[in-house]
Amino acid sequence: MKKILITEDSPTMRSLLVAAIEAMDGYRVIEASSGFDALRLLPRERVDLIITDINMPDINGLELISYVRDNPNYRSIPLFIISTEGSDRDRERGLSLGADEYLVKPFQPEQLQRLIRDYIG
Amino acid sequence: MMVTDDPKGKAVRDFLAESEEILDQMSRDILSLGDSADRDEFDPETVNSIFRSAHSLKGLAGMFGFVEIAELSHTLESLLDRLRLGKVPLESATLGVLSEAAEMLGLLIRSLESGGGAPSGLAGVLDRITACISSARREAVAVSPEDLGITDKILHSLTEYEDHRLRENIARGKSLYLFHAVYPLDTFDRELGGLLDFLKEIGEVISTLPSAEGGMESSIGFDILVGTGRGRDELDCLQGLEGVTVTALERSVPASGSPEVRAVTESAVQHAVERPAEADAPAVERPVSSSARSLSRTMRVDITKLDELMNIVGELILSHGTVAAISTRMRAQGFSGLAMELAKASKGMERKLAELQQRVMEVRMIPVGQLFERMSRIVRKICREQGKKIELRMSGADTELDKMIMEDIADPLMHIIRNSIDHGIEPPDERAERGKQEQGTIRLSAFQKGNHVVIEVEDDGRGIDHERILAKAVELGLVDTAEGITPKEALSLIFLPGFSTADQVSDVSGRGVGMDVVRNNISAVSGTVDIESVSGEGSRVIITLPITLAIIKALVVKSSNRCFAIPVTSVRETLSLEGVEIRTVERKRVIQLRESTLPLLALERFFALESSPEMSESPFAVVVGESDRRIGIVVDDLLGQQDLVIKSLGSIFKGVGGIAGAADLGDQSTILVLDVSGIVAEAMRGTA
Repeated sequence: MKKILITEDSPTMRSLLVAAIEAMDGYRVIEASSGFDALRLLPRERVDLIITDINMPDINGLELISYVRDNPNYRSIPLFIISTEGSDRDRERGLSLGADEYLVKPFQPEQLQRLIRDYIG
Repeated sequence: MMVTDDPKGKAVRDFLAESEEILDQMSRDILSLGDSADRDEFDPETVNSIFRSAHSLKGLAGMFGFVEIAELSHTLESLLDRLRLGKVPLESATLGVLSEAAEMLGLLIRSLESGGGAPSGLAGVLDRITACISSARREAVAVSPEDLGITDKILHSLTEYEDHRLRENIARGKSLYLFHAVYPLDTFDRELGGLLDFLKEIGEVISTLPSAEGGMESSIGFDILVGTGRGRDELDCLQGLEGVTVTALERSVPASGSPEVRAVTESAVQHAVERPAEADAPAVERPVSSSARSLSRTMRVDITKLDELMNIVGELILSHGTVAAISTRMRAQGFSGLAMELAKASKGMERKLAELQQRVMEVRMIPVGQLFERMSRIVRKICREQGKKIELRMSGADTELDKMIMEDIADPLMHIIRNSIDHGIEPPDERAERGKQEQGTIRLSAFQKGNHVVIEVEDDGRGIDHERILAKAVELGLVDTAEGITPKEALSLIFLPGFSTADQVSDVSGRGVGMDVVRNNISAVSGTVDIESVSGEGSRVIITLPITLAIIKALVVKSSNRCFAIPVTSVRETLSLEGVEIRTVERKRVIQLRESTLPLLALERFFALESSPEMSESPFAVVVGESDRRIGIVVDDLLGQQDLVIKSLGSIFKGVGGIAGAADLGDQSTILVLDVSGIVAEAMRGTA
């Protein structure tokens, strides 16, 4: 069972992501409703993939990516940004900080599922 | 589209609930922006919060294919993005457009819910937002944060908005500090939360970057970038905190246009539009527009300044009292001519002072409609969550109340309304069984009554079962026996600490906050709360509040050689106890007052003052309290009425019951002001 950490402050959006992922077999979702939540969950759960939003209230997605890529324990975990279309600069930054993929909401569930299979099988 | 017809029904209901929440937040934020009418100094975080709301709504609506909501929130987001990045100035017209857009979003969301047609006017709103976007452009802030010694790691993790806030702080001559804090991983959010709250109070938290502390799994570090107008010495208190270090970034003189600031403004710029900083021009950018005059006729004033003004008025009134007393003494000593002139001048002064007091008071007043509006959103939201049908009827929304009092009663009022929805109004099927309309009604009304504003929350729900309350109170040991307690007295038991009849903590009004907290919060602003109920028909909660807090008329009394002030608004009557028979019933002293028994309370006993004389020697009783929750406070002497400026005693005396504050008597002596509703409550519990 592969574990996927979703960091997203909107509960509705989270449940849509969960539904898309759980429609596939072999994946378990761990939900973080904020960046702080994610920081707390990361050392507890050995996650295989991280999916994060950018605009969040406590720490933003870029800060989370920076932390993950800086930390030897999490450095190699694949990371996707799923964000509502917004600042081009923020998207560039996210990718240059080490995000592997950038998906724009509204995303197609099939597109997300394909990427997940590509990265963690 | 009817929600119930939708195959993705649950997801759409989630969407509706969340978008209503987002919209609530957005409306609150827009309202608070409107309050800060001087918009050159609006709170950037509020604008960013509205931006985030629009941004989230856009994403959600897009996922569900709600095209109109997505389009409107997208256009709104573009405007807000420019506002938060300082590319468009915030003017009163813009603010109007923001409110209009929020309203239209509300209509669109509700039309999804009700299945009604799309509301008209969307195109107009979109046009007006677009016009705001293109109307005025500001030049970007021409400063560079590169030479401040902030690490690249921090700079690279800033979002575009945070990057802008950093530049804006530099341009405004704020001092920048970098805090580094290390916490244990399992408790970091609480401790970090405390630090962030403090930092937000003294300035702006620009970024919070987590960092791995040498790869240790058990702890986590944070680099917190803060801009503030405060000096280094004011931050020194943080140095003592375990695991926190503070570094000042470069300059620490917080003056816009100072040489240090200019040095930065003249340095290289990354992607901002360049504008050479002139030697004498302030470093703050100005909106480009044909006139420098602000369109707004209002300005934002810190409420504490109004408090100070009110205090001064109060003290003037006291000084005036002294002058009036001198004129009386002069007449008594035979200077009748001069005394007459002085008395005349003093009368004129009194009239002007009263007018001044009135005017200062008016400035602090805002219509309760603002508060009601907040409540109506909460009601809608809870109804949807609980599947209840409730109509909220509001009246007296233009009744005015002191801004501070209004803020202080928002939570208690919300709690009362939640109680009504949660415990009062029955579910539709139960209502139908009882022969009531399926839709419940909550009536929220406000009106002025003398120097008070009364706010009532009335519902047509199941009412409060006083027998159940009584049984519960006996079970909890709050009263010894149910005998001899009238239904009305039983109702008042719900205000006792630790009382809750809800068999299980509900999601809505539960969480352990009882009506005692509601009563305490209301009496903290010298208000009272009362409850009436008819089982099966509904209940009514009546909150009575003073129109303003600062100045009260008080009856000064003496007990055990000490003076106390009792707010006149709480005094029902005063009695002479001479020749009155004092009986003892259940270890309480009572007298017969017309048709009812009145419990007596000796102040020296209540406050455990020494040298307590026998009660029979204290010749007066001051009757206080509401209808059948009345007591007689026994005192040695009645010294007369006086205007008092009531002041808080501060946190040290927070735990001392029965005292509302202190006041200056005008002759340099200080007097304690009694918290009458607190004393009555204590007395009813039988502890006094």
